[in-house]
Amino acid sequence: MKFLAMMALGLTTVSLACGGGSSHKSSMLPVAASASNIQPIVVNSGPAGNYANGLFTSVTLCVPATSNCQTIDGILVDTGSFGLRLLSSGGGGALTLSLPQQKQSNGTVGECALFVSGYTWGSVNTADVMIAGEQASNVPVQVIDPTFAAVPSACKSAGVPENDSLQTLGANGILGIGPFAADCGRACAQTGSSNPGMYYECAGSSCQIAAEPVAQQVQNPVALFPSDNNGVIIQLPALTASAASLSGSMIFGIGTQSNNSLGKAKVFPVNSSGEFTTTFKGQSYPAFVDSGSNALFFLNTNTTGLSTCSNSSGFYCPSSTQNLSAVTTSGSPSQTIDFSIANAESLFSNRGDFVFEDLGGPNPGTFDWGLPFFFGRSVFTAIEARSTPAGTGPFWAY
Amino acid sequence: MPMTGKVFLIAALAAACSLPGFAVLGEDVSSVQADRVHSNASMRVTPAQNYTIHELRSATGVLVREYASASGKIFAVSWQGPTLPDLQQLLGSYFEEFQKAAQSQNRPGGHSPLIIQHSGFVVELGGHMRSFVGRAYLADQMPSEVSNQEIR
Repeated sequence: MKFLAMMALGLTTVSLACGGGSSHKSSMLPVAASASNIQPIVVNSGPAGNYANGLFTSVTLCVPATSNCQTIDGILVDTGSFGLRLLSSGGGGALTLSLPQQKQSNGTVGECALFVSGYTWGSVNTADVMIAGEQASNVPVQVIDPTFAAVPSACKSAGVPENDSLQTLGANGILGIGPFAADCGRACAQTGSSNPGMYYECAGSSCQIAAEPVAQQVQNPVALFPSDNNGVIIQLPALTASAASLSGSMIFGIGTQSNNSLGKAKVFPVNSSGEFTTTFKGQSYPAFVDSGSNALFFLNTNTTGLSTCSNSSGFYCPSSTQNLSAVTTSGSPSQTIDFSIANAESLFSNRGDFVFEDLGGPNPGTFDWGLPFFFGRSVFTAIEARSTPAGTGPFWAY
Repeated sequence: MPMTGKVFLIAALAAACSLPGFAVLGEDVSSVQADRVHSNASMRVTPAQNYTIHELRSATGVLVREYASASGKIFAVSWQGPTLPDLQQLLGSYFEEFQKAAQSQNRPGGHSPLIIQHSGFVVELGGHMRSFVGRAYLADQMPSEVSNQEIR
């Protein structure tokens, strides 16, 4: 709770109104969560009770080809990463099912997965993964476990904190459903100095950097579904005021069934880094769409005019709510996005609220369209090299 | 370097190697020049107004820029690439301060940027899996008339 407690200052009432504009938030009828490709999702405080703007779902895991299964909720839904990661019970998570470990010639396979504000360390295991009516078999997943083996120095030297507990992760796992099928790709399949050091071979507690073939890397489970495997739609209703929770749907497949057509959504192809462009005040910046980011994180005080909070340099705290606008582009498609940034300390001052529309913060030279971007939209994420009625992924569409 | 703001390339050394030879925040640039040539790291040096940019690309594809004052002191570093650079090496004696601050800021919401603003020492780290970007600078050691907006 330190995060919210730290921000629990001030009782200023702030306006949560969003500016109307060329593309803002259409009203949307939620799809009934009954079809086999629809999974309920919810924004709430999560399994640790301290997450602001965390989008969660449940996932069922089975020992491959058996009925020995476990359903785990409180899994963060993340379009900014790739692959399923589960916090072991040893780390305070929910996973108790014993999944077979992936092996290479010189030992079991370990992984250091880098996120911006932390890394996850643990073994690579294999599971059958079921979400809604979809099932992917023999999926390489990461089991986050601080006791698996000593954390390699190359993992520690990145300097970011280890997220290996329920308190630091805030979730029982991460479901990475971004626009790539594997979490690293070709770089990690190479030997020598060009290997970035995500994958390791571990004998006992000693781990060495290893070349990991792409198909054995931790995989986006959606890409391994037998059908509806070209992408995902995240649908969340518009938010009219800060709330304790907000429910929506995650729909698998793009244009594969009657309930997942693109409709009038504009398609924005992304580059090999999973990014497109956002223009703000006449300047263009790299940008991405990330349901796992809990605010709109963009630029800095100098370029936005928004001051950061006195108690947390990670959020903006303007004295009054600011209505802003930016344009997302990828080649010719273009869409104006209107948004508002409120004082984060004021938003956090109501201890019962965990869903915030106008939450923002700085981000060096980049536009991260985090979870508030998803409110009131259907956001499509198409996976690399998969065909859809609007062309081949990777792309975002909304 | 009085280049009236113009930036141009004066040297380019080909080939690539791993990280050895990177200069360290707060230390002198001259001590590592020999290392760089020795390690064959991909590098170019670009003079700008009041400072020099030393640009290296690591074997893992991370572009690192080091900003050296006229007196040869590294007052800022920036990076972008598919993974994080070795910040222990890049931040040198400031690494421990960075690590402690990062730990104390750690909060659920694991994909939010890491922003550390101490008096005199600033680190900003953003991006996502497969694409990271960031910078660190010594605010009170920036050459006069250099804005932190130039560190990118």
